[in-house]
Amino acid sequence: MNTPLRRVALAVMGMIVLLLANATYIQVVNADTYRTDPRNRRVLLDEYSRQRGEIIAGGLPVASSVETSGQLRFLRKYLDGPMYAPVTGYYSLRYGAGGMENAMDSVLNGSDGRLFVRRLSDLVTGREPSGGSVELTINPAVQRVAYDQLTRRGYTGAVVAIKPSTGEILAMASTPSYDPNQLSSHDGAQQESAWNADTSPKREIPLTNRAVAAIYPPGSTFKLVVTAAALEADKATPETPLTAAAALQLENTTTLLHNFADQPCGPGATVTLKTALVRSCNAAFAQLAATVGEADLRKQAQLLGIGQQDLAIPIPVTPSTLGAIPDVAALEQSGIGQRDVALSPLQNAMIAATIANGGVRMKPQLVRNILAPDLSVLDQTAPEQVGVAMSRFTADQIRDLMVAAENSYRNDGKIRGVTIAAKTGTAEHGADPKNTPPHGWYVAFAPADNPQVAIAVLVENGGDRNLEATGGSLAAPIGRAVIGAALQGAR
Amino acid sequence: MVTAVPTADAGAQPGSAPPTKRGIELIMLAFAAIVVTTALVLVELNQPHGVTRSVLYDGAAYLALFGAAHIAVRWFAPYADPLILPCVALLNGLGLVMIHRLDLAGEAAAASVGDPVPTGNLPHQIAWTTLGLGMFVAVLVLVRDHRMLARYGYTCGLVGLAALALPGLLPGAISEVNGSKIWLRVGGLTIQPGEFAKILIMIFVAAFLVTKRDLFTTAGRKVLGMELPRARDLAPLLAAWGISLGVLVIEKDLGTSLLFFGIVLVLIYVATERVAWLVIGLIFFLGGATVSDMLFRHVQRRVTAWINPFSDYDGAGYQMAQSLFGLGTGGVFGTGLGAGRPDLVPEAHTDYITAAIGEELGFVGLAAVLFTYLLVVMRGMRTALTVRDTFGKLLAAGLAFAIGLEVFIVVGGVTKLIPLTGLTAPFLAYGGSSLLANYILVALLLRISHAARSPAASAAPRKPVAPLAEARTEMVQRP
Repeated sequence: MNTPLRRVALAVMGMIVLLLANATYIQVVNADTYRTDPRNRRVLLDEYSRQRGEIIAGGLPVASSVETSGQLRFLRKYLDGPMYAPVTGYYSLRYGAGGMENAMDSVLNGSDGRLFVRRLSDLVTGREPSGGSVELTINPAVQRVAYDQLTRRGYTGAVVAIKPSTGEILAMASTPSYDPNQLSSHDGAQQESAWNADTSPKREIPLTNRAVAAIYPPGSTFKLVVTAAALEADKATPETPLTAAAALQLENTTTLLHNFADQPCGPGATVTLKTALVRSCNAAFAQLAATVGEADLRKQAQLLGIGQQDLAIPIPVTPSTLGAIPDVAALEQSGIGQRDVALSPLQNAMIAATIANGGVRMKPQLVRNILAPDLSVLDQTAPEQVGVAMSRFTADQIRDLMVAAENSYRNDGKIRGVTIAAKTGTAEHGADPKNTPPHGWYVAFAPADNPQVAIAVLVENGGDRNLEATGGSLAAPIGRAVIGAALQGAR
Repeated sequence: MVTAVPTADAGAQPGSAPPTKRGIELIMLAFAAIVVTTALVLVELNQPHGVTRSVLYDGAAYLALFGAAHIAVRWFAPYADPLILPCVALLNGLGLVMIHRLDLAGEAAAASVGDPVPTGNLPHQIAWTTLGLGMFVAVLVLVRDHRMLARYGYTCGLVGLAALALPGLLPGAISEVNGSKIWLRVGGLTIQPGEFAKILIMIFVAAFLVTKRDLFTTAGRKVLGMELPRARDLAPLLAAWGISLGVLVIEKDLGTSLLFFGIVLVLIYVATERVAWLVIGLIFFLGGATVSDMLFRHVQRRVTAWINPFSDYDGAGYQMAQSLFGLGTGGVFGTGLGAGRPDLVPEAHTDYITAAIGEELGFVGLAAVLFTYLLVVMRGMRTALTVRDTFGKLLAAGLAFAIGLEVFIVVGGVTKLIPLTGLTAPFLAYGGSSLLANYILVALLLRISHAARSPAASAAPRKPVAPLAEARTEMVQRP
């Protein structure tokens, strides 16, 4: 009986070897597949057991983790949640992360390579591991004014403020906003109801970051791009005569493209480009766009960043677009920022900032420093020049046009002693554009001779003024208030 | 090895008597106590409240408990194998630590949602361990010679069969838990009679095979170089097969069914030394498995959850998927005891305790546990090889193989090698019946190994009492 006994013993050994081989397959070969499966809650729970880094704006921790006694050890708290929400984003057990919480996750959770040495010393010294912090370029005073200005009248819209010389984003507001504190709550029901409210399709979705994740027809603010294209291609100067007619018949169609309120641009048959920009005459700019041609317009748009697919600040930015321009009629319509042209508020602010910076485009940045848990600087974001979008000469010419334009606008909230260069826009949209309240735009920079801040303001759907709304009445006062706040900080 | 034995053992009868090696057992038990206490310290270290001195008392209590078992072995089975008890103690201790660890996770989970703190499983398991060790000692005291069990073969068989069948025949209100009708709910206690039936039936089969061995070796037709048994001699195997299927269909217990059939088959093979029985058994098994998979929903569900647990992630595949996530997250070295999330796997303290070990101790820890089991099985097989009487050989082989097969079925199920069957890992998993039964099993194994290594037995070897074996049945002439 001993032979079969030995064989049975061998068989049991074989069974154990089979188990070990299978365990190797699962725990060694396939381990990463299982570990990183999005349905595996372990990684997330593990993250909650470590102190996540802070998001800091102007020395204030706008997002920080506080210890709780619950199963999830750390709770994410936001200071002035709705105000900073478009920047900080949210950090939710159930719904993942958004905004900087998502874009800078590897730093905040401590897995980033720049924190490697720190992690190693945590391991050796037994110090509790924690994530690195992110210091933003946001200026809290500017951010507050931007947010307050939008919410004061209940606007749906966005404000972006950029420092032209560095690309640092000083403010990025989007309304209606949401409170990320509710999404990061450890109470699942509260998370869920907040999420449902924040993503509800029935009204303006609070979770959408309108500053970077939405694109809108730029309307007359796009005339800056057309002007830049015309000047750079030597197809016009500020004194070039353009039609002063109240309307232009689009090439090969019977459709008339009207000026605002159907007013002629001037008393004579023509006006200068300068006058046309100051008065924002659509017929004149449709004509100018046709003169410039699609190729030069596209080239200029691209130099200004329109169409860039991979821009991240590091929050990903929805690419702005000129859309398809199949014929001259389409080109004429695109020349006044309508048809399929669509820009994000960030993109429009970037255009203003590039003009302000003498034609040199800087990469927009939200991160100033990456800090170790002890707040020592690990990495600094250097200003990054993306390219030269236009000559300084062109930029200065456009600046002068914009100063003239600002001086022609109504006097809402102008700042004494500060010369602003600006352009307004009132963009039609929707299936029935004439009866849909327009989007109001205001792009500007100041002081004109030494720009410290460039801004773009967008107010959706006529704000509180319905069909009567214009960029000048809706967005310009907000923009000037933001500029005022930024200049106060800069002085 | 001999030099490690304290003089108290070797010095009693210098030269003549072989060493009892009880000293080795004690040292290994102390080693197990150190490992288990360290594991407990690691669990506590990873908790917010940190380590308290009570950990040392727990370790001492553990050592005292198994020290008592050790003393019983010293008195009642001094020549028993010295490695089996420490291995079992290590597994049991590791199981206790893991159950404690899962209790802590349950408390934390309850605290975070504001529920009242649940009573943990650990106190029960400690009570069952104590009771199990009591049974262990009782078996060593009562069964002074394993051969006496052969005399009760038929009684054991009958009682065992009744125990196996009882839950299936009783109304579901008494016997059904989570879809399996394998329980007896008496008062506040739930007992799994199948665990005890396993041992009783092994005793019966071993005794039966000793007396009826010739029957099975009688040659039938020769096919492909294998001598097939006569058709009428298939009856016992057919009976085992039928009972297994009954367990599967009525009690919905895949694991016990598989375990039972596997043990009977291996015992027949060992007794007859004929591979033909294995082949026939495997054909029976494959037939039964195929038909079951076609006919029974509960079998199909298990098979689907096995082949692709992620296809029904929120349903039948959830537990399997969680187990795989845990094992994968653990990786080679594990998350560390107390630092993983094994509580995310439903039933982590019973069916899936090996997944919890794989997660927190990693592949390395799981392999160590598997090797510990293998060591127990191999020492059992060694006992079967060295013991002189046929009944002892068969019973030891059956007991040892039962542990090996059960581990294969459990761990294979948890790691997606085979469909999950609902057995629990011996000594590791939470469960009173399993613990009691397995301590009885180990006590029998130690009893047999004592007989195998005892010099007294070799001095006066007794023929196994097998009167029927003497009465030869007719031989069939080959045509």
